[in-house]
Amino acid sequence: MTRNGFRLLILLCTVQLGGCAQLPQFPQFHMPEPWVKPYEREALADPIMQFSGDPLSAKHFEHVHVVREAARGATGVEGGGCGCN
Amino acid sequence: MAVTDLSLKQRRAGQNRWQLLLKLATLLGGVFGLHHARAADLPEDSAEAMFHYYNGGGVTADGPALLVRKKVADSFSLSAGYYIDAVSNASIDVVTTASPFRETRHEYNVGLDYIYRDAHITFGTTDSTEPDYVAKSNSLDIAQETYGGMTTVNLGFTRGEDEVLKHRDPSFKDFASHWQYRLGVSQVLTPHWLMSLNGEASSDNGYLSSPYRVARVFGAAVPENDPRTRSSRAIDLRLIGDLGHRDALHMEVRHFWDNWAIKANNLETGYSRYFAEDWLADVSMRYYRQSKALFYSDNAPSDTLYISRNRQLSTFKDIGIGAKVTYTLKKTAEYTVKLNGTWELTQYKFDDFTDIRTGQLYSFNSNLVQLYVSATF
Repeated sequence: MTRNGFRLLILLCTVQLGGCAQLPQFPQFHMPEPWVKPYEREALADPIMQFSGDPLSAKHFEHVHVVREAARGATGVEGGGCGCN
Repeated sequence: MAVTDLSLKQRRAGQNRWQLLLKLATLLGGVFGLHHARAADLPEDSAEAMFHYYNGGGVTADGPALLVRKKVADSFSLSAGYYIDAVSNASIDVVTTASPFRETRHEYNVGLDYIYRDAHITFGTTDSTEPDYVAKSNSLDIAQETYGGMTTVNLGFTRGEDEVLKHRDPSFKDFASHWQYRLGVSQVLTPHWLMSLNGEASSDNGYLSSPYRVARVFGAAVPENDPRTRSSRAIDLRLIGDLGHRDALHMEVRHFWDNWAIKANNLETGYSRYFAEDWLADVSMRYYRQSKALFYSDNAPSDTLYISRNRQLSTFKDIGIGAKVTYTLKKTAEYTVKLNGTWELTQYKFDDFTDIRTGQLYSFNSNLVQLYVSATF
């Protein structure tokens, strides 16, 4: 195994182990605790805090944009795209 | 001596970089490993029935659309949708080079959602048919909640296969294949702010032109010819903030680029506010601009292998303003029914696409309307 390959293996193992325990070789490093607790997320659960609107409405907007503009993708809307000529 | 010092410095820099990488890896592992016991939630049972309408640039497209979602077991939810586009097309391309036409597109889609611990897996299939175009696609998306539910990592893939035909020309038949790869993260920033960052890479192969559209070379009409492959990337950043008075602010910015030399950006912002007991109002504004494809020309001064006068590939900008009103018709412990109305006005302005009837640069306005009932139960 090459030196870089070995380092990659160590990195992957570290990613896996990082979630299980604090590594003894990094005693100074502490993973920050999640700072927004579930009971603090009431405002985030409101429908006005959705990234995309109602699915059919978002799909229609996405379709109209994709048919008329060259840009596409990364909007997180399911079922976008044209399917037409 | 100087060579030894340099080599020592390089070795120390290498060790520092390695330690930094290890710390980052530990951090990543910590993020993905925290709070395994939390389970993701299935989407709510819901139904939507919509009438949609679009009119602009000589094109009218309208029709009904339906979507139903229902849990079928503790960990499974099924969804099914039907969408009709009845198109009456008298766009500038059509009226200057062909005859106006009408056609209807039917789209069916089915989805299956599955929850496994804190992972949400979605499989979807879509079938879209119109007389001269058939498109089928399958998609798989995985959303993994982590970091105490504050972070959701999304991975997705869609594979599409289209059959391209031509009216009154049974000898014409071609195909187009599509691949889309998605990667994104949604993050709870504070008790009142959310962020999402999504990236998508798309690749297409096959017939990507229109068999009806023509280009212009020295003023003469010639069939358009786009390259048979295309590859694009897009990055999208969204922010939503609860402003604390039953209102919220939305912002979105996206950057797009592809190997046809098109670059595009769009910026969208919106504001939502509840008023009275049962009413919700949204207003929004969207700005979009793009540069032209390498082979696009309004009237080409030389004959080239690839040539297009598709205004979708030209240099243009559009700006839209929209409004939406939602009324909660009925709300009980078992179900909620809402009536929704959306309207958007958009102005398109082209920088290098001429209306050959007038000799002026082309522009048009469009109106989009959605009227729909949505219910959760």
